[in-house]
Amino acid sequence: MPEDKDIIIEYLKSKESTKSKHYFKDFTDLFPDKGPREVKKLLTQLVQEEILEFWSSGSTTMYGLKGSGKQAGAEGES
Amino acid sequence: MAKHKTPLLDQLESGPWPSFVSDIKQEADNRAKNPKGLTHQVPVDCPEDLLGVLELSYTEKETHWKHGGIVGVFGYGGGVIGRYCDQPEKFPGVAHFHTMRVAQPSGKYYNTKFLRDLCDIWDLRGSGLTNMHGSTGDIVLLGTQTPQLEEIFFELTHNMNVDLGGSGSNLRTPAACLGMSRCEYACYNTQDMCYQLTMDFQDELHRPAFPYKFKFKFDGCPNGCVCAMARSDFAVVGTWKDDIKIDQEKVKAYAGGAIKPNAGAHSGRDWGKFDLQAEVVDRCPSHCMKWDGSKLSIKTADCVRCMHCINTMPQALRIGDERGASILVGAKAPVVDGAQMGSLLVPFVRCEHPYDEVKDVIDNIWNWWMAEGKNRERVGETMKRLSFQKLLEVTNTPPSPCHIKEPRSNPYIFFKQEEVPGGWSRDLAAYRSRHQR
Repeated sequence: MPEDKDIIIEYLKSKESTKSKHYFKDFTDLFPDKGPREVKKLLTQLVQEEILEFWSSGSTTMYGLKGSGKQAGAEGES
Repeated sequence: MAKHKTPLLDQLESGPWPSFVSDIKQEADNRAKNPKGLTHQVPVDCPEDLLGVLELSYTEKETHWKHGGIVGVFGYGGGVIGRYCDQPEKFPGVAHFHTMRVAQPSGKYYNTKFLRDLCDIWDLRGSGLTNMHGSTGDIVLLGTQTPQLEEIFFELTHNMNVDLGGSGSNLRTPAACLGMSRCEYACYNTQDMCYQLTMDFQDELHRPAFPYKFKFKFDGCPNGCVCAMARSDFAVVGTWKDDIKIDQEKVKAYAGGAIKPNAGAHSGRDWGKFDLQAEVVDRCPSHCMKWDGSKLSIKTADCVRCMHCINTMPQALRIGDERGASILVGAKAPVVDGAQMGSLLVPFVRCEHPYDEVKDVIDNIWNWWMAEGKNRERVGETMKRLSFQKLLEVTNTPPSPCHIKEPRSNPYIFFKQEEVPGGWSRDLAAYRSRHQR
């Protein structure tokens, strides 16, 4: 049985070609038996391990695989 | 000589009021002269390019900012907001112009050392431009670049003992009025509650897991100096249960003109003799006051705590002694639905350290909203979509007449099936035996 973190990573990889950023709610849907706070802990760990990263518009925050999608470098920022 | 011609912005400098254009020009001039001999870590001319891109937006009536990005400090999902300009060749100074939010001190009490230290950091590592304060109430530092973020964060947290504020789908930086520190109307210690809840809910401030933003605000009394009722998803507004305390001698002094009404606040022109009946009693929204020429009386059961009488005659009338707060939920600005004011959820809650009663309500709301809320849906919208009654249920709040604006027109409160004898089903044959077609 895959570990919970792997489920998240696999899900993100499977969507990577079409979508690089995901709402928190997308992850809670992966774990119908877990509460949102448990899912949050998993995501926080993955961010701490530098596997995931945050994207923020200022009003909304999304999660994505680190390095996936448009990065600061693509904005001309090193 | 200015880098860009800005005729439209220059017009905003005319008139007697302060102008942000003048402020930005002043900072541009200061950075060009560099009196402190700083090695600026972001382009020296970023204030000038900021004016340039704003002038262009005014001319074209289109924004040239791209919203958001992958910028932040390690482990935090909020506090930094990515801003990129879509005309980087024309305006290289603001090609990357990220915003940082910094938690303001409770009640916004500063000492000059704190402000100087903050400015020193921002002169060196940012544009030098700030917004004191943003609409949520936090310190907004405008314009820096990604390599500076961790440096600024280190200096703020290690040298100044202050944290980043909230942004994104997080708990936003909580805000409180100055409360008991200076105000006789404060019904609870707003600053302490704000600080305590900020510390207790750190994780929600920095690591996003909400459907959308969530704001706390703490007003010490219904005067609402931080506009909690209008501007926060969770508003704690001071109130009292017992009678307004009346000093009848002082009331007579106001009526006779010996004491100036509103603590002399409207003394700029002659408004004529103070008329207690017209200016206080007749203006009471619930008509709960009476003045017979020598005695003022208030029917507490009808009082809605509007504060008008207390504000007008602060020496004669005082807030009651049995103090606490009301909790209102769901205020927001228009995005999905229209703007909403907060709806009263808990009519009265005691506000004593460590505020467990208030925290319980917050936890219940979050558990429900995190599970049921749609992406980018404020709690006020979830409440509207799934009913106020559901919110009462999840927060274990018994319905009370306080939740109803007026009889027979409240859209929220309905009988539930289990509350009705026999539920929704009925014996049609028995009904027809009593009622002919």
